[in-house]
Amino acid sequence: MSSYKRVDGRNYDELRPIKAEVRVLKNADGSALFELGNTKVIAAVYGPRELHSKHIAASYESLVRVRYHMVPFSVKERKSQPFTRREIEISKVIKEALSACIRRELFPRSTIDIYVEVLNADGSTRVASLNATSLALADAGVFMYDLIAAVSVGKIQGQLIVDLNEYEDQNSEADIPIAFMPSLNKVVLLQMDGVMTYEEMKEALKLARNAAEKIYQIEKECLKSSLESVLKVYGYL
Amino acid sequence: MEGIKYNIFIPKIRQKFILNALKENKRIDNRALNEYRAVKIKYGHLPNADGSAEVSLGNTIVLAGVKIDISNPFPSEPDKGILIVNAEFPPVASPDFEPGPPDENAIELARIVDRGLRKPEVVDFSSLCIIPSQKVYRIWLDIYALNHDGNMVDAAGIAAIVALMNTKYRKFTYVQDKGLVDTGEKVPLSIKNFPVFITHAKIGDQIILDPNLEEEMLADCKVTTIVSEGGLITGMQKSGIGSLTLEDIDKILIDSINLYQKVKENILKEVNKNA
Repeated sequence: MSSYKRVDGRNYDELRPIKAEVRVLKNADGSALFELGNTKVIAAVYGPRELHSKHIAASYESLVRVRYHMVPFSVKERKSQPFTRREIEISKVIKEALSACIRRELFPRSTIDIYVEVLNADGSTRVASLNATSLALADAGVFMYDLIAAVSVGKIQGQLIVDLNEYEDQNSEADIPIAFMPSLNKVVLLQMDGVMTYEEMKEALKLARNAAEKIYQIEKECLKSSLESVLKVYGYL
Repeated sequence: MEGIKYNIFIPKIRQKFILNALKENKRIDNRALNEYRAVKIKYGHLPNADGSAEVSLGNTIVLAGVKIDISNPFPSEPDKGILIVNAEFPPVASPDFEPGPPDENAIELARIVDRGLRKPEVVDFSSLCIIPSQKVYRIWLDIYALNHDGNMVDAAGIAAIVALMNTKYRKFTYVQDKGLVDTGEKVPLSIKNFPVFITHAKIGDQIILDPNLEEEMLADCKVTTIVSEGGLITGMQKSGIGSLTLEDIDKILIDSINLYQKVKENILKEVNKNA
């Protein structure tokens, strides 16, 4: 491996410290906070619930709607635009990834509304958002085929790295956000920006798969401890 | 924050027909699984645009137009020109498109094309600087769908590169005390790379190249791979609900890299035919 030193001293395949917490917002049916170092994301899920504009309802499955949004103070320069093209695209890819893992056929004519707010952006916000939304959906008790474990991999000065922060994102030659349903070994989100050879790409996907497994374990642990605390309150544990 | 709308209706019997044919490696338009539709290119036919191209991929038609003006550079890149890509799906292209600002699909398309042109620096952005930190050329690349029959991304990618290739802009120079002066000369953009957008669709267990609209509607998802000179991968995007395995991705990558030269030559042949 090359001798590239990462700005925060991490190993090339090392994730930033992860914090995952569910049931952080009481009004939402399900909610989660997900942190990758200084990238902090909160997600709320409402639904399955009644859809008010009935003409867009699907007769045999539920609609999934996602809004990914960055709060104005989440980035270096205050973000004033209410909804950028970048946010629209990210909302779309997150929606499509979640649609692949939610069992939509169980909730016909309804909608599942998912709101993501990026509270602090330090790279990899879309994958953090996917992890947060997947936990929030589980917290809401929405049936899914699997949780989503998402991670970014990239290339900087020829070195492949996992979990890019803002600096690495700005200075990288390539970055790949990718999301897995780990138990099923399926990819539900894949984007790539930059320049890579086929070999690098293959290696990067392998790194991503391993990192996703780590995130998956943390997510499961998070849901388990949340369940345990509920069971304790009711005296089952 | 829109719902997913699939208004185009494919009767069940037709769906079955298409899927059953695919099981025998056959497609409804008689193409092989990894065969492109015929590419036709018209360019430079809109004299008021600085560059233009109309590309048809089977029945899909996409128009790209370039306009160049002068603006302030981005503070992060004070000595580089600016590229702005927009896409619109106007109602002329499909009964399902509605008037109004670009929806998420159009925005996604514009951002994929933008990504394909930016990182591998298709245009030499450094050559588009007039006064560093003050004045640079700004390229507006607008993409319009004219007829939607699936795989608009690939058609848009071809239209974008061909439009940029035949773009000529008015050359300005900076003269002390006079400011920017029009030299009256029109110069072409300097093109450094040739990206090709290659879209595969996954339908059931099959992976097919260049899906048409019906195939696209039935597909689990699509993957666009952008390949540039030297077989380098310069962008990827999965779009649509549905999932892939890592093996699928690998297959798509290999297929795309192998196709690059052929598709590129095909495009250049079409361009030269109309020269």
